[in-house]
Order: sequence, then structure tokens, then C-alpha cells
Amino acid sequence: MNPFRYRTAADPDAAIGAALGGATFIAGGTDLIQLMQEGIAAPDLLMDINGIGYSGVASDLDGIRIGALTRLAEVADDPTVRARFPLVREAIESTASGQVRNMATVGGNLLQKTRCLYFRDRAAPCNKRAPGTGCSAFEGQNRINAVLGASAHCIATHPSDLAVALVAADAEVILRGPAGERTVLLESFYRLPEDRPDIETVLEPGELIVGVWLPIAAAARRSRYVKVRDRASFEWALASCAAAIATDGGEVLEARLAVGGVATKPWRLARSEAALVGRPFGPGAIREAAALAAEGAEPRGRNAYKVPLLVATVERTLMELRGAG
Amino acid sequence: MTLLDTPRKHGDASDGGAIGARLSRLDGKLKITGAATYALEQPVDGLAYAVLVPATIGAGRVARIDVAAAKAAPGVRLILTPDDDLGLQPATDWNNVRASDGPYVPLPRDIAYNGQPVALVVADSLEQATEAARRLAIAYEEGPVTPGLDSPNAGEGSPLDQLSVAWGDAEAALAAAPVRVEAEYHTPREYHAAMEPHGLIARWEGDRLTVWEPSQWTHSMARSYAEWFGLPPENVRLVSPFVGGGFGSKGFSYGFGAIAAAAARRLGRPVKLAVTRPQNFAAYGGRAATRQSLALGATEDGVLQAIVLRGASETSTVGTWVEQVGAATPLMYAVPNFSARQRLVAVNTVTPGALRAPGKTPSAFAIESAIDELACAVGADPLEIRLRNYAEEDPQARKPWSTRRMREALAEGAEAFGWARRSREPRSMRDGHQLIGWGLATGTFPVIRNYGEALVRILADGSAEVVTGATDIGQGTYTILAQTAAEALGIPFERIDVRLGDSALPGAPVAGGSKLAGVMTGAVQKAAIAARDELIALALNDPNSPFRDTGANTLILADGRISAPRGDGPVVSVGELLGRIGRERIEVRRDTLPDHLQTPEGRFRAWTTMTTVQGPTAGDYSMHSWCAHFVEVRVDEDFGTIRVARMVSAFDCGRLYNPKLAESQWKGGIIMGIGMALLEEGLVDSRNGRVINNNLGDYLLPTNADVPDIRVIDVGIPDPHASALGGKGVGEVGIVGVAPAIANAVFHATGRRVRRLPITLDALV
Ligand SMILES: Cc1cc2nc3c(=O)[nH]c(=O)nc-3n(C[C@H](O)[C@H](O)[C@H](O)COP(=O)(O)OP(=O)(O)OC[C@H]3O[C@@H](n4cnc5c(N)ncnc54)[C@H](O)[C@@H]3O)c2cc1C
Ligand code: SF4
Repeated sequence: MNPFRYRTAADPDAAIGAALGGATFIAGGTDLIQLMQEGIAAPDLLMDINGIGYSGVASDLDGIRIGALTRLAEVADDPTVRARFPLVREAIESTASGQVRNMATVGGNLLQKTRCLYFRDRAAPCNKRAPGTGCSAFEGQNRINAVLGASAHCIATHPSDLAVALVAADAEVILRGPAGERTVLLESFYRLPEDRPDIETVLEPGELIVGVWLPIAAAARRSRYVKVRDRASFEWALASCAAAIATDGGEVLEARLAVGGVATKPWRLARSEAALVGRPFGPGAIREAAALAAEGAEPRGRNAYKVPLLVATVERTLMELRGAG
Repeated sequence: MTLLDTPRKHGDASDGGAIGARLSRLDGKLKITGAATYALEQPVDGLAYAVLVPATIGAGRVARIDVAAAKAAPGVRLILTPDDDLGLQPATDWNNVRASDGPYVPLPRDIAYNGQPVALVVADSLEQATEAARRLAIAYEEGPVTPGLDSPNAGEGSPLDQLSVAWGDAEAALAAAPVRVEAEYHTPREYHAAMEPHGLIARWEGDRLTVWEPSQWTHSMARSYAEWFGLPPENVRLVSPFVGGGFGSKGFSYGFGAIAAAAARRLGRPVKLAVTRPQNFAAYGGRAATRQSLALGATEDGVLQAIVLRGASETSTVGTWVEQVGAATPLMYAVPNFSARQRLVAVNTVTPGALRAPGKTPSAFAIESAIDELACAVGADPLEIRLRNYAEEDPQARKPWSTRRMREALAEGAEAFGWARRSREPRSMRDGHQLIGWGLATGTFPVIRNYGEALVRILADGSAEVVTGATDIGQGTYTILAQTAAEALGIPFERIDVRLGDSALPGAPVAGGSKLAGVMTGAVQKAAIAARDELIALALNDPNSPFRDTGANTLILADGRISAPRGDGPVVSVGELLGRIGRERIEVRRDTLPDHLQTPEGRFRAWTTMTTVQGPTAGDYSMHSWCAHFVEVRVDEDFGTIRVARMVSAFDCGRLYNPKLAESQWKGGIIMGIGMALLEEGLVDSRNGRVINNNLGDYLLPTNADVPDIRVIDVGIPDPHASALGGKGVGEVGIVGVAPAIANAVFHATGRRVRRLPITLDALV
């Protein structure tokens, strides 16, 4: 570990000021500390933001506001979240372990780094970690890497489960920077890797995530998060699907679908959604929507299984929602 | 032998003796409360902290290391690189062979594998050393890399003729057999991933060295350090009272230990080296990858006519480790014609090593999958086909089994599992999206014998101590040695203290090969009986003894009290007796060495090498532990995810000294087997031979959620040939056969035969 200074921020502006000067925020530390141990992150100044407020879940008629520093466990336990957004609860409960969820924050979860094995091995070339060095995964051990949204420069998946559920729920992130607050749709918050995989989000220098806004939607009540992985717990997704459906008389009024574990960012499935809306919520439409999920998928070797797995995951999620109607 | 042969119990838990009782581990509470001091937690004054720097290329040379920036970093005390002459001599290997050609160089310039140490940085704190290590500028000359067993440039390897086994004419019989099944089976690199990583603290006082290092074999490891540094053996003490899992990885001293101890000597200051979790994957090799072509020839009824095995395993370019893929193959079934050969392929890896049931585990994967394939081919039940080919004697050694309760294991396991209700056809059982499969496989592990030494002390307060250098790596040595002493001495279990894990204590073999319990209970029993006899002799003869004039010619020791057999004389506690006769203690040291090893050289060799080990067929019998695993898997028909839903395993391990601990060993082995079947694989980058999932987030081990309800059943009976007290090995057999049982269940669930481990959803989706 490099020598670094550690400070605690008393309020958001102090944190933002420090970040403008090059400080790195630390919240739960569950990802950042690992990265520091491996020498992948080497901040000179760690700014602890746990004391700046923005912790807790508050709901009103329009939606739920979750402070960025709320622990994942607290979000999953919140009664309104549980009642109105089952997919968010399920995504969190399938995340990491109880211990990690007690520590990890919502903001940190959205900004955790990829699990690409080469990103986390300092000795390997990696465009995301060290721009311009090349992508080791492209022709290497890429079983866990992305089949959607990749570029020739990076095929890493975005690892967060929560982000997938939030994208399906049309969530917005609330950012606060030197110029005040702004709100960005979470789906647009993440960038595709293109030729700059090291720039993962639209965060501006000094900007903090201060919260997440979940607009109340009828669909979200009937929602699910299905996660597929090698072992039964304590592993990131190989494929996951967050889905929310509103029907009327058996016909789909609204469909929201996003997938994780397969794409370079939480991946909204607009075409699959369109294939469902206005049609009876039955096996035919579901199968079609699932097949569309893999449109444009490009396997790179050992991750070829993710294409059929992705389709199966979307189909299963929708079928389960149909059963739950 | 004994003055007074009072009757002793040799029973199981039911007769109330200490041996065979279901007692909890003596060290359990210490470990759970954090009171047990592991090697790296040893408080040592004035420590300096070392960090190992691993090579990032798979083969080649270190051209140059620029240490200037690292040296200038705060707190740095010492940097060792291939430029430094550490002045070390080679150490004797387990065959008692000591290389004579030149010095031992644990930091060589030539790189044979990715992760090989190229430097050591020592500083006042761990953080400083870590940071300074990053500042080393290392220039390599890269050479061509052979990343693994199956890589195109690995070649066929060299034949291991000494491992060839043949009887009958297997090839001809195979060709003539009406039914043949032939397939290739693969197992990947697997790792010990013990909870406690490698590491050590080395402290010099003049020319005496103390090493705190997790160890499965204190005496042998101490000897290595002594020989490296040219010291008399008694100048090195290796201390390892508690070990956080070994599984075969902590039996020897390694290069990193030599480097750290050399650094401590140069600095004149104790040095602590914690090998990081990623570095553990190259500090000591895991299980070698293997490949087996296996062909079975049988009659239409599935009666075996021939077995032909052609196997290969990987080793490193700088050392030899043979993962013996034919270890179980010739033992499992009666077959008139047999041929097994193996080749060894050198690749750029750290030299692989022993991992729980080495050889037997990959071996069983192939033969126990193949027999299932044969059962399918002839339309027989997998249990039935095993009975049809039951080996009534050791087919290879042609000796009778000492005990082989495999029939009982199959029968009782099947009964408890409900095997009779299994539907024959694959893909014939389901629960919603879950395809259900039932699979069966058997396993074996040889009885290995050796010698041990123990000291038993009866103390003035009526308690007793058992002292030996053997180690407890979690398998229960502390507990069963206390049980053994309690029973032999007639002193309650709670009043026995056991001291272990120190090379300065009496000799013991490696805690490996599932033999330590059998060896050390024998040694402790011998010492304890001698101590008891001495106490009784004193009680009868000492002028101050209350028994002196009772006319008794023998006495009974029970519950810490001494009395006459007819119960008519005084009843005196052990402590009281010692007080009356003016003795502070009775101390007896005994070993189980045969006469020809009762020399200083013989003893040293017995405690520090494998040359006194006797294999399973060394006597008139063939001796092995046996097991049968019954598994239910559930495979998601769309995702291909496999979960083990329940398991029943029946074991014949002879007499159990402590059923609770034996069951825990069996279950631990089974859980490791679930990892082997479904999760574990060292992922190697083919460009540079680097194991890139070298951490516990990415090298997947079973979590609690992956572990089903496991029921274990004991079908063993005491085996008088196997050990002094009748036990066979318990620690390793549990993993053997689990992977094929799961693979067979996956086949039954899905109709897909997967012959490459681990079986992941990619193969089934
Ligand atoms: C063993 C293990 C298993 C895991 N499994 C899963 C899993 O299955 N699914 C899953 O989704 N995740 C998983 N995780 C990841 C875990 O969810 C994240 O590590 C955690 O959510 C990060 O939150 P944190 O508060 O600890 O972030 P930190 O580690 O403190 O920070 C992470 C990053 O976010 C930045 N940051 C934090 N808060 C803010 C903020 N408010 N504004 C701006 N920047 C900020 C930090 O600067 C840092 O770069 C796992 C983690 C571990 C250790
Ligand atoms: S996929 Fe991305 S993160 Fe992984 S090695 Fe390539 S550039 Fe790095």
C-alpha cells in the first residue's frame, strides 16, 4: 500500500473540495480497500464520507430517495422498498454476504470496479486500469466477461447487481458537485467502454453521488431479480435479469427489463420491452422478448455460454413474473 | 511387557472408555475465541516485516533489478535479490537424499514459473515493505512459456515406468470384450486454499534459530532450516502449536522460508513474512492437472474383463511431483486384465504438491465415472455393477484385505439414501425446472504406517501431560491423544494436557497420509501404559506408600484414583500417592521404533524423512479405508446450474477414536469434493502461465449455501493390522469419490456426461 493520508469530511462541501484537490472518497471501503491492497488504487488522500449525511431511505407519494451512504442491508430491510420494489430487495439480498452488505453503501456499490481478472492483477495489461496497455481479457481468460456493449478496448462487465435493478426501475442518481446538485438517469450515468474504458461514468471531477431516486411505478410492484452464478452465494452474476411488469387484463401495459453480468454496463433491454408491451403476457411474447435480449451479443471465447444463458435468464424471470401475476 | 496387566478397555463410545468417545475438540474453544496463537500472531519483539516479490513472467530470467527507488523508501532495512549470495546449503529431501551440487538458491535468476520469488523487501512495517516492493524496477528476459498440461507445446511428457502396473493381457482382453467404454477424463489445477495462509517469523539468537511457521511436520521442517544454514539440528526450533488448515501444503519448508530466515540473520533482527493470499497460489503447488484415457472392457453383463489406463499429469520444470492417476484404479474392482501407465509433463508452474488424497482423488474421478458409464452401457444399476465386480482381495497385490467393508458401505449408504427408489433412465426425475439426478461413487485411501514418540508425565496434582512434536492441523490430534492417555492412565480426560507442534519435543511423522492418528495413539498408549506401570510399581513397593503392606500384587487406576482390585484397601488419588512417596512426577518417554531404527541416525531419519513409511501392502494384508458416496443433485434445466441437494456417505475407516472428529473429517473431505466437482479450477493465462484467479473471491470454494445436508455413516470395525488401536485413516478418504458421484448424478439428471472438472454451467446450459 502506498503511504496515504486519511481524513474525514464533516459535510459534503468539504468532501467535494478535497476531491477537487485529488482526494479519493471512501465509504464502506469494501471495494476500495481491496484495490489499495493490490496496488490498483493508490490514493494520496482518502476522504471518508461516512459522516456527511445522505444516509437513510425516505419515501413519499412520488418515490423513494435513498441516501448514497445508506448501507445495502438497510435498503433491503426498508418496508417501502420491500413492498414497492421487490427487484431492488432481491438484487441486494443476492449481493455479496451479510457482512459485506452491512458495510457496503449504495454509492460505493454503483461505483465498484469490475471483477475482470486482469483488471485486478496489476501485472497484466489492461486498458481500464492502465489506459493504452491493451486488453488481456480479449484473448485471455474471459469466461466472466461481457458479450454486450464491449469494444475492442475492453470487454469487462459492470459487476453491480443493485445497478441492474435500479436501471430497470428507471432510477436516477443524484449528484452533487462544486456547482450544486444534478440528476442523471442511472442508465445514462454509465458510459460504454469504447476507446476509453477507464472513464466509466459521467461523474465530473469532485462530484459525489448523494442519492438515488426511485420513482414509484405500478410495474415495480410486480418485479423480480434473478441471478445466475456458479456457486449458490457470495459471487457476482454470470447473468442476471431485473424485470418489472404491469399488466391489465392479461395484456402488458408496461415492461422494464435490464440484464447484468453480461454487459459492460447495466443493460436496459428496450427492444425486449417493446416486444412485450401491448401483447398478452404469455409464453410467446416472453420467448420473443428473451431472444431479443441477446441481439448484438458478441462472445469472445470462453464466455460464449453467456449468450444462451442470458436468453434463459430473461425468459425465466419473465415466466416467474407471469406466474406471480 | 507390563508388570501388571490390568484389564483395559478397547471399546467404542458405547462402553464408556475415553477412546471412542464423542468428545469435542480440545482446541475448539481456543480457536473460536481467538485465544489460539497462530504462527504469525506470535508476539516477538523488534520484528521487521518482509514482503515477497513474485515474478510476473512465466519463464526466462531476471535481467536486472533496480533497487534504488525501493531502498530510498521510508523504513526499508534490507532488499534481497538474485544478486545476493545467501550462503545456503541444500537440504535433505523426504527420501533422505541431499543434493551435493553447490549451494541452495531460493532466489534464482532463472524463472521457471509465474509467481516465483525474485526479491524480498524488509522494512520496519508491513506497509512500508509493501510499498517499497512496488518500487523495485525489474527487467526480465522472457523465455517461451509452457502454461499447462494441455497446451500445444507441452508435448507428451516422459513415461513413469516405475508406476506402470500390468497383469494379464489388458489390450487383447479389451479388444475382445463385447462391451467397451472408453473416454478421456480431465482434472484441473486445484489449490489448498487453507484459511491460514503461508508465512513465518524467524528469530536468531546467535547461531540458534527459532521459526514460528504453520507446519504439518515440525521435525522435518526444522531439519531443512538447519541444513540450509549449516547448523546442528538441535539449533533450530520450529514451533507450530496451531495450524489453520494444511491439506498437504504445510509439510515442508519452502524457499520463502529460507529467504526470510536469511534476511533475519543478515539484519540481526527477527523477520515476519506473511505470504499474501495471491502469493499462496504460487508459494506451494496445488494439485497437478491430470488427464486420463480410460478404457473398460466387460461382458454383456458388465463383468469387467480389462482396464486400460493411460494417464498424464503435470509437474514443474524444476521439480518432480507425480499426481498418481492410477492410485485407485487397480484397487476398486476385480479384473483379470489390467494395464496402467502414466506420463509426466513438465510445464511452467510452481512444483505441484500433495493435496488431500493426492492421486486417489483424480484417479477415482476417472474409474468411478467409467464404471457408471459401463453400468449405463449394459443397463445395470450403478450399485449392482459394483457388486458384480466386487474385489474380494487386492487385485494388484493379490493379498487379502485386512478389512474391507465396502459391501456394508454400499448397502447402508443405499438404504439411508433411498437408492432403491432411483429411476434408471437419465432425465427421468424433476421438480419444476430442476432436473434431479442420483449418483453413486466409491473411494479409497491406503493405510500408511510409521513410527512415533511421546512423553507422558503424571504430575503431583493428579493431572497428566502428553508431549510430542506431532501437529494438529485441525484434525483432532490434541483431543484423541488426550483420550488415549486418559484411558491408559485411568486419569479423567479433562485432567490431561497435551503439548504439540514443536520440533524440540519428541519425534513424530508428518500429519499427512491419514496416518498420524494411528501412529501417535500407538506411541501415546505405549508411553502412558509405561507411566501407569511405573506408578503402580511405586505404589506397591515404595516404603511410604499406603499400599505397601496391603499384600496386593496389582492395583487399579481409574478416575484418577488408585485402589486394590478387590476394593478392600485404601483408595488414594494419584496426587496423594505421589505426595506420600515424595515424587513430583512420573515421566516416561517411549517410541514405537523397531530395533533397527534405535540408533541416533535411525531416529533422526524416522522423524524427518519418509524412508521409514510402510505402505498398505507391506505386510501380509492389503489395508485401506473405504467409502461410498450417494448424491442427489439438482440441475436447473435452463441455466445448467448444479446444486448438491443431499448426500449420504458411508465409511469404513476401522475403529474410530472419536466419532465426532472422524465425522467432521469426512464431512470436510466431502465439502472439498463438492468444490472439486463443481467449482475449483486455477485459471491459467496461456500467454504467461499466470494463475489469475489467485484469491478467494475468484477461486471459488463451496460456501455454506453450496453444502447440503450431509449424512455420514460409520460401517467400520476395528482393524488390528492397521494400527495399534485398530483405526484406519480418516482424514483423506472423504474427498475420494465425491467428484465422480456428483458427475454421475449430473449425468442421471441431464443425460450429459461431463468428464472435465469442474462441472460448470457452461457445459450444460
Ligand atoms: C466478497 C465480496 C463479494 C461481493 N459480491 C458482490 C455481488 O455479488 N454483487 C454486487 O453487486 N457487489 C458485490 N460486492 C461488491 C460490494 O457490493 C461493493 O464492494 C460495495 O457495494 C462497495 O460499497 P462501499 O461503500 O464499500 O464502497 P467503497 O469501497 O468505499 O468505494 C467504492 C468506490 O466508490 C467510490 N465512492 C463510494 N461512495 C461514493 C459516493 N457517495 N460518491 C462518489 N464516489 C463514491 C469510492 O471512491 C470508490 O472508488 C462484493 C464485495 C465483496 C468484498
Ligand atoms: S476487459 Fe477491460 S478490464 Fe478486463 S483486461 Fe480488458 S481492458 Fe482490462
